[in-house]
Amino acid sequence: MLTWLSLLVLALFSGVAFAAGRRRAVASAGGRSRVLHSLPNYYGTYAALWAGVPAALLLLLGAAFGGRIEDAVLQSSRPAAVQALEPDRQAVFYSDAHAIAAKQPPSEVTYEGELKAALDAKVAEAKRIGTVLNVGMLAGAGVLALAGFLLAFPRISTEFRARNRVEGWIGVLLIGCSVAAVLTTLGIVLSLVWESWRFFQSVNPLSFLFGTEWSPQIAMRADQVASAGAFGAVPLFAGTFLIMLIAMLVAAPVGLYSAIYLSEYANRTVRGVVKPLLEILAGVPTVVYGFFAALTVGPLFRAGFNAIGAALPPGPIAQYLMEVQNQMALVAGVVMGIMLIPFVSSLSDDIINAVPQSLRDGSYAMGATKSETVKKVVLPAALPGIMAAMLLAVSRAVGETMIVTMAAGLQAKLTANPLDTVTTVTVQIVTLLTGDQEFDSPKTLSAFGLGLTLFVVTLTLNIIALRIVQKYREQYD
Amino acid sequence: MTLILNPNASPLLRGHAMTVQSPDDTAHTPVIHTTVPQGHGSAPVGEAKIKARGVKVFYGEKQALFDVDLDIPGKSVTAFIGPSGCGKSTFLRCINRMNDTIPSARVEGSIEIDGADVNLKSVDPVVLRSRVGMVFQKPNPFPKTIFENVAYGPRIHGLASRKDELEAVVESSLKKAGLWNEVADRLHQPGTGLSGGQQQRLVIARAIAVSPEVILMDEPCSALDPIATAKIEELIDELRTQFCIVIVTHSMAQAARVSQRTAFFHLGKLVESGPTEEMFTNPRDSRTQDYITGRFG
Amino acid sequence: MTDATFGAAAPRQALTAADARLKKRHAAELRFKAQGIAAIVVALIFLVVLVGRIVAQGYTTFESHTLSVPVYLNPDRIDTSDLSGVNYDYIVAEAVMKKLGVQDDDLGTVSTKVQDLVSRDFGFQLLNKLKADPKLIGQTVEVHGPLKADADLYFKGEIKRSTAEGDRKLDNQQLDWLDKLKKTGAITSGFNFAFFTNSDSTEPEQAGVLGAVVGSAMMLIITALIAVPVGVLAATYLEEFAPKNRWTDIIEVNINNLAAVPSIVYGLLGLALFINWLNVPRSSPLVGGLVLALMALPTVIIATRSALKAVPPSIREAALGVGASKTQTVFHHVLPLAMPGVMTGAILSLAHALGETAPLLMIGMVSFVPGVPEGFTGAATVLPVQVFIWENASERAFHERTAAAIIVLLVFMIVMNAAAVILRRRFERRW
Repeated sequence: MLTWLSLLVLALFSGVAFAAGRRRAVASAGGRSRVLHSLPNYYGTYAALWAGVPAALLLLLGAAFGGRIEDAVLQSSRPAAVQALEPDRQAVFYSDAHAIAAKQPPSEVTYEGELKAALDAKVAEAKRIGTVLNVGMLAGAGVLALAGFLLAFPRISTEFRARNRVEGWIGVLLIGCSVAAVLTTLGIVLSLVWESWRFFQSVNPLSFLFGTEWSPQIAMRADQVASAGAFGAVPLFAGTFLIMLIAMLVAAPVGLYSAIYLSEYANRTVRGVVKPLLEILAGVPTVVYGFFAALTVGPLFRAGFNAIGAALPPGPIAQYLMEVQNQMALVAGVVMGIMLIPFVSSLSDDIINAVPQSLRDGSYAMGATKSETVKKVVLPAALPGIMAAMLLAVSRAVGETMIVTMAAGLQAKLTANPLDTVTTVTVQIVTLLTGDQEFDSPKTLSAFGLGLTLFVVTLTLNIIALRIVQKYREQYD
Repeated sequence: MTLILNPNASPLLRGHAMTVQSPDDTAHTPVIHTTVPQGHGSAPVGEAKIKARGVKVFYGEKQALFDVDLDIPGKSVTAFIGPSGCGKSTFLRCINRMNDTIPSARVEGSIEIDGADVNLKSVDPVVLRSRVGMVFQKPNPFPKTIFENVAYGPRIHGLASRKDELEAVVESSLKKAGLWNEVADRLHQPGTGLSGGQQQRLVIARAIAVSPEVILMDEPCSALDPIATAKIEELIDELRTQFCIVIVTHSMAQAARVSQRTAFFHLGKLVESGPTEEMFTNPRDSRTQDYITGRFG
Repeated sequence: MTDATFGAAAPRQALTAADARLKKRHAAELRFKAQGIAAIVVALIFLVVLVGRIVAQGYTTFESHTLSVPVYLNPDRIDTSDLSGVNYDYIVAEAVMKKLGVQDDDLGTVSTKVQDLVSRDFGFQLLNKLKADPKLIGQTVEVHGPLKADADLYFKGEIKRSTAEGDRKLDNQQLDWLDKLKKTGAITSGFNFAFFTNSDSTEPEQAGVLGAVVGSAMMLIITALIAVPVGVLAATYLEEFAPKNRWTDIIEVNINNLAAVPSIVYGLLGLALFINWLNVPRSSPLVGGLVLALMALPTVIIATRSALKAVPPSIREAALGVGASKTQTVFHHVLPLAMPGVMTGAILSLAHALGETAPLLMIGMVSFVPGVPEGFTGAATVLPVQVFIWENASERAFHERTAAAIIVLLVFMIVMNAAAVILRRRFERRW
């Protein structure tokens, strides 16, 4: 709240700086703005930027990091009573102190005696720190704003190249925005690696990558028999792979053939109708596919297999078929395949269209039919690109979450049977992080280990695919 | 203006008709005649290989060719010249019905090859194009090996399927195209790895491999350097003893060098056609005169 | 020299002759074409089935049944000092029993069965009325409210008399009462406005999408405010100002890869960075908007770059020739001309962000949020997450509501996509 108010005041001050700077510029030219190097507004903007931007940055930094600074100072001195608590109770203690000081609801824990006194003391300290920080920030912002204005204002004169300076600021802004994109990657890698590193402190990375038992149970209290949860992720990889395979079996032929027809055979009206419809299929959110899988496809397939089982002569196969559940890998795989069809189709369409017409002309001139041209000239020429498109689709299938969360199960099984219930990497990430767990246990950290693995695999697939497409495009430019 | 055959006009244009007897006569009734030149250039006597009458081409509403009447003799080189956009490539593409691949194109009139009209609905373009080959402006070898490039045509038309048959066809075509010596040791390397001139000869070999009767060439040398161009022109001169060659060129010098007959197109109309020597030394139409002397185009 | 040079060369045919081989080739052509058509038909069938099923499952939500009953506010049952503690449900049940002409028994089974038919919303309405005007005690007020979910389902045909009584949620007596109330006109059906004015609730008949829609809107605003300016400016820099060297190549590869990273990884990033490190409040539109902004950023950058690339160099040269600076050229000429493409890309990215669920689950949006979010830092939920939560609920009535929420979500997405397409058609220039 304070931040918004002070930013508003700062904006007003910048407005004043703008007007003052502009007036000075026009005045220094004796009223004839033609003489000025830049348009008058540039001078005003120059003054406003110096007045407003450094102070605003300080305020925003304060808003972002103020909480952490407060926490750090609070926790720097620990009363004896607090030190006696277990680490997780200590964390609750400090967050309560913070909450009460900020007039937010604290946790349900009741404190008595020494602890209560310590809590009250900490609350008072937190309030003091908060006030100091706020005052400091405001004062700092005010100083910066004034200093900035006093720095900029005297520089304004007829020869002063205000436009260049302002464009310099704009350049910095642009570079800053570009850096944001790079920082995102950095952020992803760093956060995943950091948290995974903490995970790999308790669990051996090799047993994670190659272990075949996944049951992430962790002792809740220190004195429980440490049934060291098994964190072998191989069943998860197997489940992901199985569902991905089924999905590709559906999406690849349908997507590729529809792309071939649309780019080689269809006339403009057909293309004009079918392409938007496929785009609708592509735009449907994955949660909708998940709903469809869970409530329509799952029961349908189960009923189907049950019926087949009932129709067969009695035996183990019939028995098995009659007992399959809704949550087969087949269901999730088929629905994911449907989701991927427009993806494969539109990528393949682009690739096929990129094959130069001269190749087709050469083939037609030889007396080849259209299908012969497509099968023997166009597709082989487009093959690298289509492989890349399939890799990208695989990457999408591997990273897909909602369909499998809603349609696949939670049992980590190492199986190749599409009628079995399996779970995937993404489902486990969701399950591990949406329950009520504290943040630091190996159980929740394993989600980051899984996330890192997922990121590395999809990144590798994407890099290979994008490189292939790049090289392929160069070939024809 | 229609072409007036003048057998005495040029010693290059002489020939006589002969029927081709196919070795296995039981199932197929030959209905084609070809002309065979005697020696180095003979004038066609009697039927022309390709006869165009009243050919019009429309792209949507726009008319690109207006009533072209032209006779093209066999076993010789006929050149189409004219400024850009005059319709010469359009007309060329009518001969093997490549305009079919353009959805908005519409062709009217008749084009007879050995008496059979190619524009009839009953004619299968696939069969037509196995008899009329085409070479394009920019060499377009398939991204396959040299061998596969040349073997493509015989394969799809069922002319050769066994390994030894294909090898024989490929070798013969590459030899005829004058490329064999340069690529004999690397038949299984990509065709796209050759130089521009070599690629164009590869494309010619590819066209020859199905033994067509007519080869259409749409500005085959405009993307090549002068040395490669000279080689191709040499090749054209050799090939004209076996094939009816029609070449579109924007270079009058080239037309003068390689062709026996020339047709001048302008703004979608055939202005004049005749023996090359005559066209260039003594054209009948003033537009031809202007074009040849460089007044426009 | 004749043409018959190759050994087994087949004889040449007339142009109109068709042989067996040719027929086979043409047959293969037709088969190939048919396969293409089949693929497209299959894809379109999937689309039709998907949308059809969801509409079929959800459209019944938009009709709801309302019960109107005069309720006598019995002073004996109402303790004026503790209005909130009153058992309003029983008071309402009394009123309904009166309308039905039945009496309660000693054990109260009748009134319990009646309460199973009437939503608890009646009680809340009474509470609010009394809080506003305590003088109503002792009077009879007319109250309108929804039926409980199962009663509503009966009228929609989901609960049938043909099922065995023990397998149903409502027994025959309750069904008889419902029929009687309908006949007397106490129960009417109408458009379910409550679905759009209520937020999530544990009672299906009171559950609506308002909270989720507002949450989605607030989150999209933040996403748009961050992703669009940053993305457009970054793309402008990369396309127009940045030198073409190895670093910019690496950045381009980097951005292309970011666009293909699974969305759940962005959720993990948000969890680790925003929630744990920067202490942004969990499950708020702010943190959701930040996470989705990071996710939408690469797509906005890529779309803007291709829009900028499409502006021909002659425009830039013309501006520079008049004496504009590089910055002025870009911002006065190039960027405005690229705007249609940029806006289309931005709208499509936002439409995609609207439907994202996985990253939001990571930042804590699985909780039950019974109202509209208070401000950008209050707890919120969004439409796709609401769908996810309701899908897990076991009551039948939530199934139809989940489908209805999906219909609302799809309508928003279609509107946004249509806006993008119209924008592109109307304003895009073909150079």
